[in-house]
This record gives sequence, C-alpha cells and structure tokens, in this order.
Amino acid sequence: MTKKQKKNLIRIIISSVLMLLFLFLPFEGIIRLGLFLIPYLIIGYDILIKAGKGIINLQPFDECFLMSLATIGAIIIAVTTDGDYIEAIAVMLFYQIGEWFQSYAVGKSRKNITGLMDIRPDYANIETDGVIEQVDPDEVEIGSIITVQPGEKIPIDGIVTEGSSMLDTAALTGESLPKKVSAGDEVISGCINQNGLLRIRTTKDFEESTVSRILDLVENASSRKSRSEDFITRFARIYTPFVVFSALALAILPPLFSMFVLGQNGGWHNWIYRALTFLVISCPCALVISIPLSFFAGIGGASREGILVKGSNYLEMLSKTKTVVFDKTGTLTKGVFEVVSVEPEKITKEQLLSLAAAAEQYSGHPIALSIKKAAGNISAACANNIEEIAGHGIRAEVGGEIIYVGNEKLMKKIGVKFEKTDRSGTIVYAAKGNNYIGRIIISDVIKPTAKEAIRNLKKTGIKKTVMLTGDSTSAAEMIAGELEIDEVHCELLPADKVSEIEKLLEQKNKGESIAFVGDGINDAPVLTRADIGIAMGALGSDAAIEASDIVLMDDDPMKITKAIRISRKCLKIVNENIWFSISVKVICLVLGALGIANMWIAIFADVGVMILAVLNSIRCLMLKKL
Amino acid sequence: MKKTYKIEVDCANCAAKMEDAAKKTDGVKDASVNFMTLKMKVEFEEDADVEKVMDSVFKACRKIEPDCEIYYK
Repeated sequence: MTKKQKKNLIRIIISSVLMLLFLFLPFEGIIRLGLFLIPYLIIGYDILIKAGKGIINLQPFDECFLMSLATIGAIIIAVTTDGDYIEAIAVMLFYQIGEWFQSYAVGKSRKNITGLMDIRPDYANIETDGVIEQVDPDEVEIGSIITVQPGEKIPIDGIVTEGSSMLDTAALTGESLPKKVSAGDEVISGCINQNGLLRIRTTKDFEESTVSRILDLVENASSRKSRSEDFITRFARIYTPFVVFSALALAILPPLFSMFVLGQNGGWHNWIYRALTFLVISCPCALVISIPLSFFAGIGGASREGILVKGSNYLEMLSKTKTVVFDKTGTLTKGVFEVVSVEPEKITKEQLLSLAAAAEQYSGHPIALSIKKAAGNISAACANNIEEIAGHGIRAEVGGEIIYVGNEKLMKKIGVKFEKTDRSGTIVYAAKGNNYIGRIIISDVIKPTAKEAIRNLKKTGIKKTVMLTGDSTSAAEMIAGELEIDEVHCELLPADKVSEIEKLLEQKNKGESIAFVGDGINDAPVLTRADIGIAMGALGSDAAIEASDIVLMDDDPMKITKAIRISRKCLKIVNENIWFSISVKVICLVLGALGIANMWIAIFADVGVMILAVLNSIRCLMLKKL
Repeated sequence: MKKTYKIEVDCANCAAKMEDAAKKTDGVKDASVNFMTLKMKVEFEEDADVEKVMDSVFKACRKIEPDCEIYYK
C-alpha cells in the first residue's frame, strides 16, 4: 500500500464510523446537517476541491464534477425533505472505496507485471588485478571482460571466454530447462547464472543488449493503442457531457411539463433525485480503467511466456488471424543440415560414415560438417592425399584404397554404377575404387514440435496454413505433406515471398488477418508486409525485431498457437468488459430515469461494475493453462 | 531528443489528460504517457531547453490533474 492509499483507507473508515454513529443521535434540523457534513467533508473534500478546480480551468466534465454535483444535490434534497443524509454520504463513500480499490488493484497488477519483467541487471562486475568491481552496465565498453558469479544475472550480451555453467533462461524465453554453456558459447543478457563462475567478453553495448531491447519493447507496447482502447477514449469524451446534459434535461423538462402543461406542482424533488441517480450511474471509469488494464496484463502475461507483443493493436490483430504463413527454413525446420539416412552397399553404416568423414576431414563445407558430426563417435580412419575435385567432390586415400565421396556427377565421371533415389535433400555418394559403397542423405530436419504445432493451429480455428520456401518442389512438398500444411509455394526468391503474401492479402476476407512467421533471415520485408509479422527465436537479429510485430523469444513453433490463444483470451475479456459495463449502465440509466432505481443501485452500477471489470481484466495475467 | 520521466497519477483517464496537456506544451514535439508503467516519454523540439519545457509541462499537467507528479529534477 502506498502512503496515499493508507491515508484514504483511514478516511474511509473514519467517515463510515462517524456516519453510522450520527445515525443514532436524536438531533434535528441544522445541527443534524452540521453533524453529517463532518463525515461528508472528510470523505469528499478532495473531490470537491478537484471539481472546483476543474470548473475554474474550464475542464468541468470529469468524475469529480459528477460526484460533487450528485452528492451536493442529494444533500440539498435531504435538507428540504426528510433529513436523510446517508445517501449523499454513501455515494461519496462508495465512490472513494471504488477509487481506493481501483488504485490498489492497478498497483498490485502493475507490480505483478513489472515483477515479471524484472530482468534489468543493476550492475556488471569488472575484474581488475584480481579485484572485482561493480560498475553501471551502461559504462561497460564492447570487448570488455565481465565476471558473472553464480546467482547473478548476465548484464550484457557476449561470448563466454572462461568457465561453464547452467543458465536459467526462464525470464527471457519461458523455457524452464536450464541451458548449458561453456567457453566459446554466445550468451544473452537477462539469463541467470546458476552454478559456475563465468567470464564473458561483451559483444554489445548495454543499450543494444537483449535485456534492454526487451524492456524497451514491452514498456512501449501500450503506447500503440488498439481499436478497443481508441473506442473507449472517444466514447468517454462524448459520453460524459452527454450524460450531464441528459441529467439536466431530466431534472428540468418533466417538472416544467407537468407544471405548465398538466397544471400540477411539478414534483421537482422526485425529478432532481432521478437526475442525480443518473449522474452517479454514468461514471465511465469501469471502461476507462479496465480496457487498458486488460491489454497491459495480456502483454505482460505473454512476455512471461516468452512472447513479446509490441502493442495492444497487434494483440487485437493477432486474435483475428485466420491464415498463418510460414517460412520453412529456421521456422518449421531447424535450419541446420543433418544426416537423415545412411544407406550403405555391402558394408556397414559405420564403415560408410567413417570413410566419408575421413575423406571430408579437412573440408569446412556444411555438408562435410554434418557428415563429420554424424560420424562423431565412430573412430575415424586416416586419409592421405586428399584431393578436391571442384563441383564434384573429394578423392582420398584411406587405408591404402582410393575413396571417392561426392555428388552424382562425380560418380558418372569416374564411371561407377550407382543407384538413384527420389528422396529429397542433398545426396552424397561414395565409392571405393570402382565399387559403389553407398550413399548418405543429408537434409534440413523438421523441428520436433512442428507437426503438433500445425495441428494445434487447426484446432484453434486457423483456416489455412501456407508454407513459403526457396527450396525445390520435391523437398518442399515432402515437408508440407508430413506437416499437413494446406498450401505450398516453392522455389521463391526473397522478393517472391512478398508478392505471395500480397496475393494472400488480396484474397482474405474482411476482418480477418494474415500472420507470417519467419526467423528474420531474408524475410524482414515479408514480416513487415503481413498483417502480423511474427519473428521466431529472433533475440540475436536486430532486423527481425525491428520488422516484426510479435517476437517469440525461442524457436518453438508451439508458441504461435499459444500467442494466438493469449490474444483471443485477452480480446474476449476486453469485449466482456465493454459489453458488461455498457449494458449494466444503460439498463440502470433507464431504470433511474423511470424512477425505479434508487441511489444504491446507482452506486452498484458505478463502483460495483468497475470492481468487477477490473477483477475480470486481471484474468488476462493467468495464461499458464492456454 | 527523447527523455523518459517517472510520474505519479491516479487514474487512466487522468494519464490520458496529462498526455494531451504535455503534447500541447511549447517545445514538445510529441509525448506519451503510459499509465501502467507510470512513465512519461517526451520528445523535445530541436533547440528546446529541456528544464524549462518540463517546467511548463509540469504546470500544464498540474492544472488539469492537481495531484499528479512528474519526477524531472
């Protein structure tokens, strides 16, 4: 509780105790009025002052004005009739209770959300002559060596030069398994060092480091307003004056009508009371506070799950997604080449891999690297006289025999008979002397969760999934078939991807949006062009963060469904709040005008609705089960 | 030039009013108030005297919202 909240709580208690006490005192007339003014002023003085200042500054139509007008009106009615001051005080009292609750709830959820985002490191350790000194991370220059002790946050992005440890990346990626790092690995700021001492050479300034960029992104998110928020702002702007003038009309016109047209006494008290009820009901605070709070909570909750949303407008847009377009490499597939199949001829798989790895031992080509990686633990044979035949492959002597490793052309060139295959991927053939000894198939591997992710998207109601890739038709179709993707466009240059997205944008129905998911490599223009650009595992790439609207901090495709579900939940809550508040208010306004609703119902329509709406919007934070 | 200030304000509507007031102040190119993070971002005109501009931003905000606070000193 802040100081102000404590003070207001005390005011609320004192004023309600006094009010109840005075209820039992047998005074009448002016003394009774004087007594009841005490709790009224205790609870309402600041509102009255604010309303007064509002009038002086020509900004009259705010809540304080409404409340002051309603309560002063109620007191005047009480003076002239039965001396029942309770209603006037209760209106002010409950208004203050509502305000207090609102400020408490907002403060609480603000703390909750900023607590989630509490990844800002306060210092960096720099070691000079064996003494560790804590400095402001802003002052650390690129290339400095910083020390991170167990339990500390990594303050700046860099490369580990010494030590190894497990890193807790949960605050950044939502991933609960710790990540192992050792010398030579890149580390990002914001991770918590769990057990070992690490020395890190920084590769970025603090301001450019992951942690600063994430904080910047989330903190600025709510400045991009959604349509619902705009609607509420505009609504509140015309709504308050409208209500004040309607109340005025309600107070004056019916009595005048009854006096002059019907020739009765007018019933002024009755109509003024109704007008005051009208004013109390009308406060728009439930809407004005709960809508931004819902979005803020939704964005905050999403970032805890490793999904960064750049603005509430994107959350809104994402909830309307009906088509999801994927880039293939790095998004659905790992983007790393791996040996997927070893098909030896007359020798064992191990022998084939070992021979091929030996022949490729000095090559740095990605294909060679993946073969060597697959051969990994198999004891490598030794190769001599390695000769590279450009565009074909390699010829080498292993254990006194000549080994050829290369593509189809190489086999044809040396005149070895080999079996063709229609499998997709890169195929490496091998021959020993003039004998074919088998082939190794290397291709990009589908991410383990990709298939389930696509299936989940379908379950969430995504109508169409599309894959864009620069790959050949056969490779692309195989992957699309395995993942059950509806539409494939292949052999595309980066520029073609933009035109494919544009075609899809033309076809889409109104009110639906198209999301594009990519890893930010080569597809920044597409990320920008789509309704919603989702960059994946993009913490390292500035271009991707810049171009996208939503950033997934790790590269698990399952997060896409999660992001969509979060956005839908958030928007659902926003709509619930809008419809609930407006309809309760409209019903109560009508009842108030007809004289059915009294001041107590009015208080519920104002404070009660607001509290319910705020509680409902806090549900946006609860996203674990989605 | 852009600067971010910590602020104190009670309700979202008041925050929106502060934003409007700040935007209309001379020397301010653009301003935004984030009620949830309680921060005010001000983009100043090229040759503005930051201290002075913030004085008048503060005054304008106090006028529409008597108990708001901007920590700019």
